[in-house]
Amino acid sequence: MLGYIVGRLAQALAVMLAVALVAFLLFNYVGDPINNMVGQEATTMDRQELRDQLGLDDPAPVQFARFLGNAIQGNFGLSYRMKRPVAALIQERLPATLELVFLSALASLVVGLPLGVYTALRRDSWFSRVVLTTSLVGVSLPTFVIGIGLIYLLSVQFDLLPSFGRGQVVSLGWWTTGFLTKSGWAAIVMPAITLSLYQLTLVLRLVRTEMMEVLRTDYIKFARARGLSNRVVHFRHALKNTMMPVVTIVGLQIGGLIAFSIVTETVFQWPGMGLLFIQAVGFADIPVMAAYLVLVGAMFVVLNLMVDLAYFVIDPRLRVDRAKAAGKAT
Amino acid sequence: MSAPLMNTPLALLRRWYDSDLAFSFRSSPSVVIAAVVAVVIIMAAVFAPLVAPFNPFDPGALKLMDAFTAPAWTDEGKMPYLLGTDDQGRDLLSTILYGSRISLLVGFAAIAFAAVFGTLIGVLCGYRGGWLDVAVMRTADVQLTIPSILIALTIDGVTRTALPRELHNEIAIFVLIFAIGIADWPQFARVARSAALVERHKDYVSAARVIGQPSWVIVLRHVLPNTLGPVLVLATVGLALAVLSEATLSFLGVGVPPTQPSLGTLIRVGQSFLFSGEWWITFFPAMTLVLLVLAVNVLGDWLRDALNPKLR
Amino acid sequence: MAAFRLKTALLAGALALTLPLAAAPALAQGKVLRWASQGDYLTMDPHSQNEGLTRTGSFQTYEGLVGYSADLKFVPALATSWKAVNDTTWEFKLRQGVKFHDGADFTADDVVFSVKRAQHPASDFKTYIASVKEVKKIDSHTVHVETNGANPILPNQIANIFILSKAWAEKNNVVNPQSYKDKEETFAVRNTNGTGPFMLKQREQDVRTVMVRNPTWWGLKDNPHNIDEIVYTPVTTPATRVAALLSSQLDFVLDVPVQDVERVKRSPGLQVKKTNEIRSIFLGLDVGSAELKYSDVKGKNPFADKRVRQAMYHAIDMQAIAQKVMRGDAVVAGMITSPGVHGYNTAIDKRLPYDVNKAKALLKDAGYPNGFGVKLDCSNDRYVNDEGVCQAVVGMLAQAGIKVDLAAQSKTLHFPKLQKKDTSFFLLGWGVPTFDSHYVFSYLVQTPDGKNGSWNFTNYSNPKLDAMFNGMLSELDQGKRDKLIADAWNIINDEVIYLPLHHQVLNWAMSDKLDMPIIADNVPRFHFAKMK
Repeated sequence: MLGYIVGRLAQALAVMLAVALVAFLLFNYVGDPINNMVGQEATTMDRQELRDQLGLDDPAPVQFARFLGNAIQGNFGLSYRMKRPVAALIQERLPATLELVFLSALASLVVGLPLGVYTALRRDSWFSRVVLTTSLVGVSLPTFVIGIGLIYLLSVQFDLLPSFGRGQVVSLGWWTTGFLTKSGWAAIVMPAITLSLYQLTLVLRLVRTEMMEVLRTDYIKFARARGLSNRVVHFRHALKNTMMPVVTIVGLQIGGLIAFSIVTETVFQWPGMGLLFIQAVGFADIPVMAAYLVLVGAMFVVLNLMVDLAYFVIDPRLRVDRAKAAGKAT
Repeated sequence: MSAPLMNTPLALLRRWYDSDLAFSFRSSPSVVIAAVVAVVIIMAAVFAPLVAPFNPFDPGALKLMDAFTAPAWTDEGKMPYLLGTDDQGRDLLSTILYGSRISLLVGFAAIAFAAVFGTLIGVLCGYRGGWLDVAVMRTADVQLTIPSILIALTIDGVTRTALPRELHNEIAIFVLIFAIGIADWPQFARVARSAALVERHKDYVSAARVIGQPSWVIVLRHVLPNTLGPVLVLATVGLALAVLSEATLSFLGVGVPPTQPSLGTLIRVGQSFLFSGEWWITFFPAMTLVLLVLAVNVLGDWLRDALNPKLR
Repeated sequence: MAAFRLKTALLAGALALTLPLAAAPALAQGKVLRWASQGDYLTMDPHSQNEGLTRTGSFQTYEGLVGYSADLKFVPALATSWKAVNDTTWEFKLRQGVKFHDGADFTADDVVFSVKRAQHPASDFKTYIASVKEVKKIDSHTVHVETNGANPILPNQIANIFILSKAWAEKNNVVNPQSYKDKEETFAVRNTNGTGPFMLKQREQDVRTVMVRNPTWWGLKDNPHNIDEIVYTPVTTPATRVAALLSSQLDFVLDVPVQDVERVKRSPGLQVKKTNEIRSIFLGLDVGSAELKYSDVKGKNPFADKRVRQAMYHAIDMQAIAQKVMRGDAVVAGMITSPGVHGYNTAIDKRLPYDVNKAKALLKDAGYPNGFGVKLDCSNDRYVNDEGVCQAVVGMLAQAGIKVDLAAQSKTLHFPKLQKKDTSFFLLGWGVPTFDSHYVFSYLVQTPDGKNGSWNFTNYSNPKLDAMFNGMLSELDQGKRDKLIADAWNIINDEVIYLPLHHQVLNWAMSDKLDMPIIADNVPRFHFAKMK
């Protein structure tokens, strides 16, 4: 058991190192930040002086070592563009992204689960067919097209919801939340729908497949043979067995939501980390980009580690591989 | 039925027509429609230079004064611009055909890359086992936890930094194929590996080993063919995803260069003209993309169910 | 214990819930102006970044000795009058009774301090006042600015030097402009203390910046604006920005895309104001290299031949670009500086006519009957429709036989590439904050010498022109100086070093409730605004 955990932790560490290396490699030479830091009046000498100060001309290993040392202390330096510590910037943006991701994950679960169960139980009803067809359309629409369409429809044509931003937010310590104001709720509706649509179809289809799989097992057949009602069989026995892989996948997919929030935040000007990242790319703001990659990488590693350990604790018989393979192949 | 007859083309066709797969295909109208849509779009894209009324990539033929012409059936429209023109005066129909070509090229190539690479490595792992298996499958585990869009963004960024800009533009399309493809290989590897694991212990493989066939022959001739079904399903679903990934990357501005616009680039550019009433510039490319992806998804769904009779 | 904590948390939550509600009525009373453009202010330090939008932020909270009127005349601001007391000394009489936002009095000490601060190596404004030798306090409200040699345009230049409080800067350890050496955020990056019409209240980078009315501003008498609060939000995606304006989440958009101008105009309750910006867009050519870096012509430089440059000029149908790509919102240009700049002249601002056949003939004369290939570097997020303009140019040059490979990219990649002179053919735009042609010459045409010519990527060098530019700087006779400027422009046009495209047109979209003049330097000044 200990060996397993140590192995997993070591693996997590190795992944983090790899991510850090990629972050460093990727962003060390993108663009030229110098031109964005000085105005059009600066002379060639000013520019070179700045390069020296930032160590942009040092050998790569030296720069990587410096990068790692700083990253461990949570110090990603000063944003080239904003002249503020990157850690503070990320901390400001984190709540916006996490609230959006949380609501999207919740929505995909709350809507996707019942629909998945329904379509598994009533496979041939017309409603199931409509749902399944619609879900296919859902996975076939690019996120940005959905977002633009929603803005055009709900903001411009019908003037119902705000097209950008987070509305009024309330500070609770360092956390800012939009969940306590009306405008905050109005602002999150469209981004959350846009972001959750893809996950929703994923949950729906996964639940359906798993449920159908479970319904065919001997265990269910036996329960039926015992004369238990359909309701009990479906919801007490079958659904319970379906939930485990589903929750796992939803957990892992939170990583996907964070990544796809880059697109959603760009469309809705949602002031989260994804927008920060894309803006940083546009400005060749190396420290911000590096920090984002390392942070998101860390989130994936931690989520994954948690899932692994949870599996190990709950059901040692289950091979980790199997569950994940089942989820990813869907 | 005598043996020689079995191999005439007609007989083969007949045999295919009678197969379960063909039957389930025939009996589902939505699948037939999807197949027709997919084939039409793919054919039109492949033969774009023959089908398209203009070559949108020839700047010398551009008529700027024809820019923003509406589709031909509207009051402001005029032939030969059936679907209208874009902001540079390019015929939209031709641009969409050439754009689909790039989108499909990237999608097919990325999936082919992922499938070939993933399957080979998966079969090898399953067949050989040992440290190679552990190492590769751990890597696949790790990679599966990271969303493919982020992997693609990262890879694109890495090449942008590592290669001089001039070179990058020229090979941008290969970078994109690699970036999207590399994100998908673990799924293929997994499927192929489990198939190989099953096959490895079967008698015919042992028999082949006993008569002294080298292991690569065994893998190629006996193990690999058994993985093709699931790989095909994965590849179909993967194609739809790859086309979407390409569109998303192009929307974020890191896809193929704008001199060779793909469907995603066309949508991104056209989006700016949504409020000014030139809806067709973004609408038609978006519809083409959605139809294509939808059709491929329907086919993938059908294929999965058809090849996995358990679920029927 | 746990229950108690939960209760406290709930209470805090409930309290937080009521806060915005309580604040709402207060907001409703005042006039709040909500506006957006695509980027954010880089910093609030008024000497750190000489960038368009950043200057816009500074112009609300800070002021210079000399100010700008709505039609960009130089008018008294913190100085009530100025005059040259001798060839090398300007005297500024300072305004009495002006207070900084923190209540401190404005005096000559603050001026001496601020000009010195702007001369610090970390300042991005030092080039404006490169000629300043010393600033002397004569009495509490008089200063003398001494220059190296005569400088007739010093008041224009010093208008861009914002004045901050010496005592405040010393107290908050921001005596020097924000620098990258210490890698630290300074107090002045997120806080301001100027004398301007608005005071910074809240600063959330990239999210929102709130400024409130300065009730004791000295200029209120002449500019009785009624804006109580300004909320600025950067909105990057053009479609989202337009959507926000159409759904009245914004009162003002600085950069409405040209294609949406008509739609905004048609929408009830919205208006679009239009003016010619003091900025010209043009193409630059590497005329000086022995061989072009990005061309299929080897061993010689086609751009070195004036006939080739003329041919390219003739091949560009700027009227069509202005009409289709810019939807009429562009002034076709024949010189690379715009109306409003001293030295601009309609007689010089004439294009070579659009004539493809002539272009082909010229190319044939020059020895390129089948044209040649070259690469064009272009930005895609800096000027109005920059990429669209470049694409159209590519098509037109192709019709004359020149095969252009377009490399359009973000300004963060485009400008560094130009500065490394890693280009053969490029797009550039140039605005002129001093409103004097010398600013254009010294950057774009003068031979690079470490101080001048830093944006001259053409490898063009003309000692005769250089001498004329240096002469302009200290020429006190206005007539002679104007003659020098006109001669210089004629030489530049005759040599065809740059291919002028257009003078940029600004479109400010705003709510009908907002009455605010459009200003040709693209810097809105909200103290000229009135809101219904």
